[in-house]
Amino acid sequence: MRFKDVFSIIGPAMVGPSSSHTAGAARIGRAARQVLGEPASEAEVTFFGSFAATYQGHGTDRAIAGGLLDFATDDSRLPDSIELAEEAGMAISFGQGTGLFPHPNTVRLRLTGARTGTELALTGISIGGGNIEIVDIDGFGVKLTGMYPTVLIHHMDYLGVLASVTDVMRRGQFNIGHMSLDRKNRSGAALTVLELDEAATPELLHELSALPAVQSVKVVDLNETLQEQKGKDNTR
Amino acid sequence: MNFQTLSQLAVLCEERGMGIGALMLEEQSEESGRSREQEFATMSQYYGVMKEAVHRGMTEDTTSRSGLTGLDAQRVAAYNAADEPCLGGPAGQAMAYALAVSEVNASMGRIIATPTAGSCGIIPGVFLSCQERFGWDDDYMVSGLFAAGAIGYVIANNSFVSGAEGGCQAEVGSAIGMAAGALTELRGGTPAQAVHAVGLALKNTLGLICDPVGGLVEIPCIVRNGFGAVTALAAADMALAGVRSVIPSDEVIKVMLEVGSAMPEKHRETAGGGLAQTPTGRKIMKDLKNKK
Repeated sequence: MRFKDVFSIIGPAMVGPSSSHTAGAARIGRAARQVLGEPASEAEVTFFGSFAATYQGHGTDRAIAGGLLDFATDDSRLPDSIELAEEAGMAISFGQGTGLFPHPNTVRLRLTGARTGTELALTGISIGGGNIEIVDIDGFGVKLTGMYPTVLIHHMDYLGVLASVTDVMRRGQFNIGHMSLDRKNRSGAALTVLELDEAATPELLHELSALPAVQSVKVVDLNETLQEQKGKDNTR
Repeated sequence: MNFQTLSQLAVLCEERGMGIGALMLEEQSEESGRSREQEFATMSQYYGVMKEAVHRGMTEDTTSRSGLTGLDAQRVAAYNAADEPCLGGPAGQAMAYALAVSEVNASMGRIIATPTAGSCGIIPGVFLSCQERFGWDDDYMVSGLFAAGAIGYVIANNSFVSGAEGGCQAEVGSAIGMAAGALTELRGGTPAQAVHAVGLALKNTLGLICDPVGGLVEIPCIVRNGFGAVTALAAADMALAGVRSVIPSDEVIKVMLEVGSAMPEKHRETAGGGLAQTPTGRKIMKDLKNKK
């Protein structure tokens, strides 16, 4: 099912004017920020389709910038986010893309991490009502909605990696709702994406990181309720 | 969720002896793994945001950044109060509230997407005006939001709810169907009647294109929200009176998918056709570009 629960229909709480072009774009930006795992020093934003045609009027550019600053969809700072991004030291540019794209509302992001210089290329689509899918991360095909706690594991494509990952999940009592694996080539770099029913704990991430073939582990979670609670527990 | 269609939803309600709203709360809690109280509390917060948006739109300056829209809700309310409106009391109130929320959205204010921001005025317009009129408490309205959500969930998964995919019928049309079905239940209709209300409402917006002038969620989106609230009241009345959707509502939803899939790209939120490409629409777009 594309839409999984009642709050993907009633919601999100958001700053206008468009759920797909503003709230969805903010969520794509925020998901990208979480995949990068650090603030971005550079962000090159390319819009396609309806996004390209109408992004200024809908504040899609501001929404992406706000998401990259880790703002929620109803953050009242969203309208000023481009200025805030520049103040925070992010060089952000916007353009319109040509060529094939997977959905009328498509955006491609190229990010550079401020701390490590890590580069990330990510494609997201906004499918309506503020709901999104991340469909490509560094050339790996994925399908990531951010509605569930999601663990991204970069690893080498060896025999048994998936078995060891799911074994860690089983021992930690984490149920997997959706799973995908894509690899560049046989025995090459691979990315596994796991949507979980429960929020990933530091212990789980630590265990996964320690597995032999695993290179990095990231978490994406756009669940608003959870984000609010996190905000209360520890200021991010 | 244990239902994928409206007819399955109605059957499930009958089997469990509960309304659509109560059933959706149960299903939602099961899906999310959070307690019913938690999910109900989140929806209550959302209803609070809707109330706030109505209040802002009725009292504050809602002129949009483009300067094209704003304050129409207050114009309608003033006219309703001072003159003898064609529509009359409760429907006029629903229309004013729906315009108010849409104007808050267009001026980058805080709203709840129901199911989208472009259609965010319809459910608050219908819900708040009816709450005042019938003296319902907030918890009752929140259960109504779960009912609206259940209907929207079926529409979204069997068709679409974004203008870029399926035109305005998918946004404003879906919102009217959701409001009509939920209101039918709130007024004491059966789940089967609520489902009929959805089909009756959706039939009235089939084919509606998404043609925002200048690409902005302003013209014609805002007035369509005002009209939408009135239509939802009408559809609920028809269903409560025993009018049936002869073509079953699930089949109407499939028609929306068929029509939206055949809709040219220029009529799906790209501002490449329709009202956006009229001589006046083009002039507005040009003026906006020059302003920047």
